[in-house]
This record gives sequence, structure tokens and C-alpha cells, in this order.
Amino acid sequence: MSKILIRGAKILGGEPQDVLIDGETIAEVGTDLGAEGARVVEAAGQILLPGLVDLHTHLREPGREDSETVLTGTKAAAVGGFTAVHAMANTFPVADTAGVVEQVWRLGKESGYCDVQPIGAVTVGLEGRQLAELGAMHDSAAGVRVFSDDGKCVDDAVIMRRALEYVKAFDGVVAQHAQEPRLTEGAQMNEGIVSAELGLSGWPAVAEESIIARDVLLAAHVGSRVHICHLSTAGSVEIVRWAKSKGWNVTAEVTPHHLLLTDELVRSYNPVYKVNPPLRTEADVMALREALADGTIDCVATDHAPHPHEDKDCEWGAAAMGMVGLETALSVVQHTMVDSGLLDWAGVADRMSFRPAHIGRLTGHGRAISPGEPANLTLHDSAYRGVVDPAGFASRSRNTPYEGRELPGRVTHTFLRGRATVVDGKLA
Amino acid sequence: MDANSSDVRASDARAQRPARPVLEGPDIARMLTRIAHEIVERAKGADDVVLLGIPTRGVFLARRLAAKLEEITGRAIPVGSLDITMYRDDLRLGPARTLARTEIPADGIEGRVVLLVDDVLFSGRTIRAALDALGDIGRPRAVQLAVLVDRGHRELPIRADYVGKNLPTSLRETVKVHLTEEDGRDAVLLGVRSAASRPGAPDESPVAEPTTPAGER
Amino acid sequence: MKRHLISAADLSRDDAVLILDTAEEMARVADRPIKKLPTLRGRTVVNLFFEDSTRTRISFEAAAKRLSADVINFSAKGSSVSKGESLKDTALTLEAMGADAVVIRHGDSGAPHRLATSGWIGGSVVNAGDGTHEHPTQALLDAFTMRRRLVGADASTGQDLAGRRITVVGDILHSRVARSNVHLLTTLGADVTLVAPPTLVPIGVENWPCEVSYDLDSVVGTSDAVMMLRVQRERMNAAFFPTEREYARRYGLDGERMAKMPEHAIVMHPGPMNRGMEITAEVADSPRCTAVEQVTNGVSIRMAVLYLLLGGNEPALTATGTSTRTEESK
Repeated sequence: MSKILIRGAKILGGEPQDVLIDGETIAEVGTDLGAEGARVVEAAGQILLPGLVDLHTHLREPGREDSETVLTGTKAAAVGGFTAVHAMANTFPVADTAGVVEQVWRLGKESGYCDVQPIGAVTVGLEGRQLAELGAMHDSAAGVRVFSDDGKCVDDAVIMRRALEYVKAFDGVVAQHAQEPRLTEGAQMNEGIVSAELGLSGWPAVAEESIIARDVLLAAHVGSRVHICHLSTAGSVEIVRWAKSKGWNVTAEVTPHHLLLTDELVRSYNPVYKVNPPLRTEADVMALREALADGTIDCVATDHAPHPHEDKDCEWGAAAMGMVGLETALSVVQHTMVDSGLLDWAGVADRMSFRPAHIGRLTGHGRAISPGEPANLTLHDSAYRGVVDPAGFASRSRNTPYEGRELPGRVTHTFLRGRATVVDGKLA
Repeated sequence: MDANSSDVRASDARAQRPARPVLEGPDIARMLTRIAHEIVERAKGADDVVLLGIPTRGVFLARRLAAKLEEITGRAIPVGSLDITMYRDDLRLGPARTLARTEIPADGIEGRVVLLVDDVLFSGRTIRAALDALGDIGRPRAVQLAVLVDRGHRELPIRADYVGKNLPTSLRETVKVHLTEEDGRDAVLLGVRSAASRPGAPDESPVAEPTTPAGER
Repeated sequence: MKRHLISAADLSRDDAVLILDTAEEMARVADRPIKKLPTLRGRTVVNLFFEDSTRTRISFEAAAKRLSADVINFSAKGSSVSKGESLKDTALTLEAMGADAVVIRHGDSGAPHRLATSGWIGGSVVNAGDGTHEHPTQALLDAFTMRRRLVGADASTGQDLAGRRITVVGDILHSRVARSNVHLLTTLGADVTLVAPPTLVPIGVENWPCEVSYDLDSVVGTSDAVMMLRVQRERMNAAFFPTEREYARRYGLDGERMAKMPEHAIVMHPGPMNRGMEITAEVADSPRCTAVEQVTNGVSIRMAVLYLLLGGNEPALTATGTSTRTEESK
């Protein structure tokens, strides 16, 4: 099989080195490696990262193929530098049986752009009442280890407790979408100064924080691990920090948009900024960045949520919640975390590859860049400056909040087990 | 209504030779006195006359005329104002205009002789609008028109019953009436319109009278 | 130049006074034998109502007709298409029909803003009430009523409400009337105090340019106008207050409380009134209550707004620069 020599890349932002890929694995790492028989990728000045891993992606298939399919979603993932994504369970039908998760897993295999690890629903139909067949989904070909009712909160404390306990049998984890339902009935945006002015129903921070507080206590009580999806408030950070200080097995993620955008943007009433959990305040954004830098928040997850144009081309109240994020995630992280001095590239590799792979127990991803490891790699040109143009997205949907915004950096190459899925910024 | 006047004056000074007074305060006073006498004579004592000035300067002229009529007849003459803005035929040629006050005297105009008073008669479009406005308020026995200056160039079949002075002008010229109440002094000024003084203004065309600020016609 | 009236916050002091002054002239038209002006002949005004509001619709309709505009009433309620599709598709339909202005009432906050900035239509958009956001013409007619009563109709040209103390009582949280009034009355120089049980005051109110009190008795004595908002009885079921009786006792205006108001002070209500809830019949029927006048004044204000937006080749209202609204980012 073919050899590829990546020449002069800064591995995790370090000194320039060459990386030789032979077949599906990394053969050699060093300086002045010979290029005989290898295709050479000149990477001087570029950052080489382990292939990115997303713990939170909505691929929409089956059911909403008008907004995204496994094929288009994995293409978007590859363009964004991802080599593995976790496909959320809120499809139609819901991924609450071995049959559905295997279908998604098989579609991922066929796409070839990015590994797709299905997430299973915690409860049947995301209804929060009866546990789905978690064991069957784990035992299926899809090998599910992450379970989530994302989009809905597992708000019943007993169901949550049972789920946390049950998945211990196969080292699974419940990823909680923390949203107290009664406190967020009809909620449209962050509750605060802006919502008061705009007359939009508030989504208070306490609705997220109270569930997180309950769930970390539950996880501690039953000795399980729990993962908190898309932290969005400074208070949530405090609770996770406290839980970790107790030594409890709690992990958490933050989305790129919660690291950058605030509820001030909602003043435009442009539904492209409508997302759940909602955009919060500047103080929350800063707390989330700090927490990602100090490791309180373990990883960045995109919550890539494609929606067709008509679901956003309407009034705020009628619009769908969510933003696409796969293709802009690394640029937003560079802008908010690296260029601001909060995190170095080794830190980015940790928060966007090593740790999410570890939380999802993905053995083939999030590995060191050293000989013998699978060649899942992302080459990132951090010096690039460009304006986000959704017309060029590989995703089927265009609902990005960054249209027209200048963001730094661009993924030039993505390698999935030695095969280039992206070359010079374009799908191979 | 004439918010532009000061701008026009300022740019006049730069762009062209200054407007030249053709009538001064005493001339204006004399003309109003004469008109008052004519009214009394022709309206047989002005028993049922109601004066309605067209804002802005027509209102001041109407009040002065009323005072003179009172001197002559010894009776109070009803005087009011009639804003014609919402009856103009050129509303869509410029931004929405600020309205002026319409004040109809308490006894109304029904069956009376309404004397419209304005400063300058030009195309006649203002008076056309005034007649329409009047029709929505009541049915006078007769409507007459008094103006301080008639500068010609009529575009409608309208004439004044009482004229202070006929002032033959060219369309390039401007006629501005200044009155103490509004402008600090009484005078009628004759100037030359310069294209630069009102860039892009629709009233550069000869059919211009209604869009010209009051007092500059 | 402002082409739309979306929020009272978009109006400068001079804009607001211009609208009130214009409304004063419009009010005089109502006293004439022929209550009609030819001003908007050939213009088309569409009343696009996604919520039932007969009062507001007929007020706008009367205003547009008195200015000789053609009026099309479009009630989108009950339409089978989904809400989102219906706003855009309806807008495109109205655009195709040549609407010069769209007066929109919608249950979603921000829908008029969306209509004005989406590029769906080219005409002016007038917000006739959106969700719990704003109802700017209601605030304008309230201010107009206050100015006529507190300053006087004849003496008030060019005047604002500087130094007047206005108290707004009731369901502030869900009230578009309160939001618009806080913006407009503050712009006009008044001191506004909101009074409500804490459950009906929005989180974030501390940023509003007004005072907040939970005690009606402590403010009625110094108020030049007390505006009672309608309180929906259903709010009780969502635990905003325990019972109607308790609400009426603590936050309702009865004869005894009204007696504590200064002699010149007025009682206002945007209607429809819940007699026995926020206002007693004694107060509602007293000469100090301006509820009926407010309805009359509503037509004058809406005539003024339509005239200033449509009466020329461009609107007479200027952008303020103080507005916090931003156009869409692209």
C-alpha cells in the first residue's frame, strides 16, 4: 500500500518533524526522513494533530435526510479534521434499538470519510420513562458505549440513577443533556438582561445547573461515571469543578459556539443564533474558556446540528434550535483558546482528540503520533485567515452562526487510517 | 414647514448674488391696509368674512389683515389657519412633511365668505389644495383669495381677488417673503435660484411651487 | 432613515414628539364633518394579524381609511401551514400584491423585526404587537393621552413628558405594552416606576431605565398617571400569584387607592379591562380613567404613524443611533 511522507509539520505545535505513513499506520517519526516511494505532503509551518474526535454530532440519518445524512455529515467531519464522530440518538426512528444503531454504524462504514460511533438512547423514544435496551446496543456490531437522550433531559431522577448504574456492566457512560424541563417550558433564549428586553421566554442557567448538581451527586452515590453535554454556564463549571475535586467520575464537554458567542447576538432575532442550550453571557463564555484550559471541562464537542433552510428562514419562535459546527470547530477553538493564549496545540490535541476518544472508549482514535499507531491525523494551517462561507460547506445544511465572520486556521489534510480524506482543504 | 429656509439662505449667500429686497416693511403695511379697505368695500362691510391663513406666513398675514379690518369696521373678524399639507399633489416628491395647525374659528365657515390668505401666489397648486381642504371642513358661501405677491407662472386656472403687488418674475428667480413674526423683519426678497443651492430637489422643474418652502416662491 | 416602526426604543425624543404633534393635528380631523383626508390615496396598507385583536386591527383600519389608503385585512390565524412557512410565504404574497405597509400582529416576539430585515418585503413594517416584546403604537397613544391630559391638547405642541411620574402596574413579565412604554416614556423624559408581584417582573429588569416596586400603595400618592395592565386569570394556574382575590387586594386599583392619587392624576388602561381583577368598576367608570379616550387617541396616533411612514417618498422618522437593534449580520 501507499506511503505518505508529511514533511516539516509541527507535531502538537512542537519542532518541525517528518511523519511517514505506511499503509494504515504511522511508520516513522523523525527529521529528514527519506521520501522514496512516498507521496510527499509539504507541511512546513503547519500543525499536526491526532485526528479529531467529536463526542456530539447529529447526523440526522435515519429520518431527516433533508438536513444531513451519514455521508454528508462525515464529509463535513473530515473537512473539519475529524476522524471519528459520535452520532446522537435523536433520529427518526430514535436510535434506541440494536437495529437502528447498527444501521447508522453500517452507513458510517460505507461512507469512508470518518468513523461513526453511534450513541444509543437512554430511554425508549427519548421519552424518559423506560430504559432502552442498553445492553443490546452495546452488544451489537455498533458496540455502543455512550448513551444519551440528547435534545431531551433524563429528568426523572430514578431513571437517571438506574441508567448510570446499568451501563457500568459494560463500561458505558450516560451523556446528560442537562435541562430541567419545567423551568424551561417554552424557553427561547438565555434568561437575563437581553431576554427581558426582547420579550423572549427565558432559559435560566439554574435549569442546567440544578440537573448537573443532581447528576454528579447521583453518579457519586452509585459509583458510576457521568458525562455532561454542552456546558453553557459559569455555574455549571463550578459544579463540575467541585465534583472533580471530590474525585468523582465526571466528565464534561463544551461546544465551540459557547466558547465564542453570546446572547447579545439574539438582538437580531436571527434564528441562526437559536440553539439549545442557548447562547449565554460574556461572563459565561470566559468561565467556559478558563474551564476548558484548566481541564475542568474535558473536551470540545461540536453539537453539530444541521437544519434545513426553511427551519431557520422564519421567525425566531418557529425556528429550530441548533447550529452546524463540524467544519468550523477547530478554527473557533484556535481563535478562542490558542490565539488567546489559554491553550497550546498539545492542549487542543488533548481536548479534541485524546480525551473525547477516552470518554467514548474509542480505542483506534485519540492516540499519540508515534510509530505503530493508527495513522489518524489532522494537518492544520494555523496561519490561514478566511471568511466563513457556508456555500462551500460539505454539510447538507448551512445554519452556521459564523457566516461572513473571519476565523483563523484551516484543516489542509485529514488522514483516516493512512488514507487522505481531505487534501489541500478539499475532500479527497 | 420651512425648515429648509435657513439652509437655502446660507447657500444662497455662497452660490449666488444675495437676494435683493423689492419691498420693505412700510410697503407691506401699506399694501395690507389697501387690501383691507378693498375687502370692506367689496364684501359690503365684511360682515360674514372669515380669514384663513395658509401656514406659515399666510397665517401672520391673515392676522394682520384681521387687525386692520377690525380697525376699519370696529368689529372682530374671525381668523384662523388652514394647513394644506395633506392635500398637496406633490407629497411623494419628498419626505413626509411636518403638519401645521388647522384652526377653524368657533363659528365655522358654513355659509360665510372665506378669504384665504397666502404670501406668494405662483403655480396655484397650494390654493388648489386649500380649496380641497376647505371642502372637507364645510361649505362656505364664497371663497376668495388674498396674496401679498403674485409672481405669475400659473399652472392652474386660479387667480387672486386681492393682490398686494404683481411682481413679474422669471422661473429662475425666487421670491421670498420675510415677516417679523417669523423672520425678524418685513421684506420681500427677489433672488436667483441656483442649481447648487438645492441639489436634487424635485422643485427644480418649473412646476415647482408647492414643493418650495413657504416664503420662497 | 427608518422605514419601519418595530420598537419604541428606535424612536428619538424628536421623533416621538413629532409623532405626538402630528397625531394632535390628526385628532382635529375627527372633529370635522368629513373625517377623511386624501393623503394616502393609492397606498395599500395590509393588516396582517396572526393573533386575534379586533381592537387593534380596527384602530389601524380606521386610521388607514381616514387617510384614504386601501386596506386589506389578512387574518393568518388558523392557517394550516406551519407558522414559519406562513410568515414568509404570506410576506411574499403581500409583496406581490404591492403592499406599501404591513401592520403586523404576531404571537412571536421579534416576528415584525424579522419581517422588516429578512428581505421578504420592501414596504414599511409597523409592529402592532409581537409576543411579549413590544407594542409601540400603544405606547405612543398612551403618551399622547398623558400629554393631552397632563400638559393640555392646545399647549402641548413640541412638548414631552419631562419630570412626569408614571406608574405601570401589573403583569410586566408578559406585557409588550409595558416594554414599549418604558422605552418611550423614558425617551420623553418621564420617570417610570413598574409595580408588580416579583413573579411578574422579568429577570434582567435591573437594566431597564426605570424603578421597580412591589408595593402599589407606596407609589400611587406621587404618580401623575397610573397605568393598569390587564392580568390574565390563567397566570394564576402557573403559580404567578395565589388567587385573584389576593392579586386584586395587593395590586388592583380600587376607589380607596385612587383617592390617594394627586388630584390631577389619571388612571389608564390599554384594555380590555378585567373589572374586579386589576381595576374596580368604580375606578374604571370614574372621569379620571382614560380608557375610552385611549381608544380614540389610538386612531389619531396610528394615522400619524402611517402618515409619517408613507406620506412622502421616504419616512419622516430618523434613525436614532441609540437603538440597540442591529440589522442582520449579513
